[in-house]
Amino acid sequence: MPVSPSLPESPGNSILHAMLTEPNTIPTLTIVVNGETRRVGANANIASLIEELGLDRRKLAVERNREIVPRSRYEATPLTDRDQIEIVHFIGGG
Amino acid sequence: MDSVVTGQDDSWTVAGRRFRSRLIVGTGRYKDLEETAAAIEASGAEIVTVAVRRVNLADPNAPMLQDYVDPRKYTYLPNTAGCFTADEAVRTLRLAREAGGWNLVKLEVLGPPPYLYPDMAGTLEAAKVLIADGFEVMVYCADDPVAAKRLEELGCVAIMPLGAPIGSGLGLQNPAMLSILLQQAQVPVLVDAGVGTASDAAIAMELGCDAVLLNSAIAHAGNPVLMARAMKAAVEAGRLAHLAGRMPRRMGADPSSPLTGLIR
Repeated sequence: MPVSPSLPESPGNSILHAMLTEPNTIPTLTIVVNGETRRVGANANIASLIEELGLDRRKLAVERNREIVPRSRYEATPLTDRDQIEIVHFIGGG
Repeated sequence: MDSVVTGQDDSWTVAGRRFRSRLIVGTGRYKDLEETAAAIEASGAEIVTVAVRRVNLADPNAPMLQDYVDPRKYTYLPNTAGCFTADEAVRTLRLAREAGGWNLVKLEVLGPPPYLYPDMAGTLEAAKVLIADGFEVMVYCADDPVAAKRLEELGCVAIMPLGAPIGSGLGLQNPAMLSILLQQAQVPVLVDAGVGTASDAAIAMELGCDAVLLNSAIAHAGNPVLMARAMKAAVEAGRLAHLAGRMPRRMGADPSSPLTGLIR
């Protein structure tokens, strides 16, 4: 990550510092989940996203950029910037 | 007498799956999930339709349908309600298959409000793609014998014409057309949509339908659980009447009591 050591003091500076020291925990990807923009960690995958959202993966289906992600592939499917994610489940219907 | 003649163990089969109940119910439009569960239980249904929608990310711990209507006990039949194109319907059912792991689905491609009348061009297009992709498609359709035949020839496992627009409760407006569809079909025929009260469901079964699919007639009844019981009884009554064969209609009286031996 290209960060100059002589950055001016600004609100963003502490975030940049954190990104350098804890790169896995700081949101660095911008994705859209069910129509809402979210930021997730650079190493995020479908499994970590579902966990972060507090969802039960056994009752869901996930689409990434209009391609279904099989449940067995959640860990192996990394998120990339600007991904469009749909997470659906069954609800009452006729 | 065999079991069909007596009406005992009168099961039906769709896509190789055997069911005893000839009532399929929706799981939508109830007051809450407790009422959904109670009404479905009372209906005796073994198949329930469900919709596929985005998870509410703001409330990940919201109660889920599966917690109240157990997919191990009921056959979930995912629908494509709200889909107005073949693409949307196919995409929805692929997600449903991933979420639930089953291939038996209800396809509906709808025309615009206020009638949501089946869009047969879109329905045929979607059916073709889904069947090629390994789905077993029960299809909501118009009471159009030509389109229904094409759907059957494509490989749809059940033909499900409307009796009246979705959620209208107008009852069967097309018994003659339904009879034509029943006559030509080699797969189960179900009335799907339009049933308003128990007698409508009974009429569908008397016509010879294999089963009836409904939702609003129960969910929007004054007492949904009671109406669910009524629908169960109506479907059974209509089915038995169909098997029994109704008496011929005649113009004029034909008294049951003898006209001889009368007191004078």
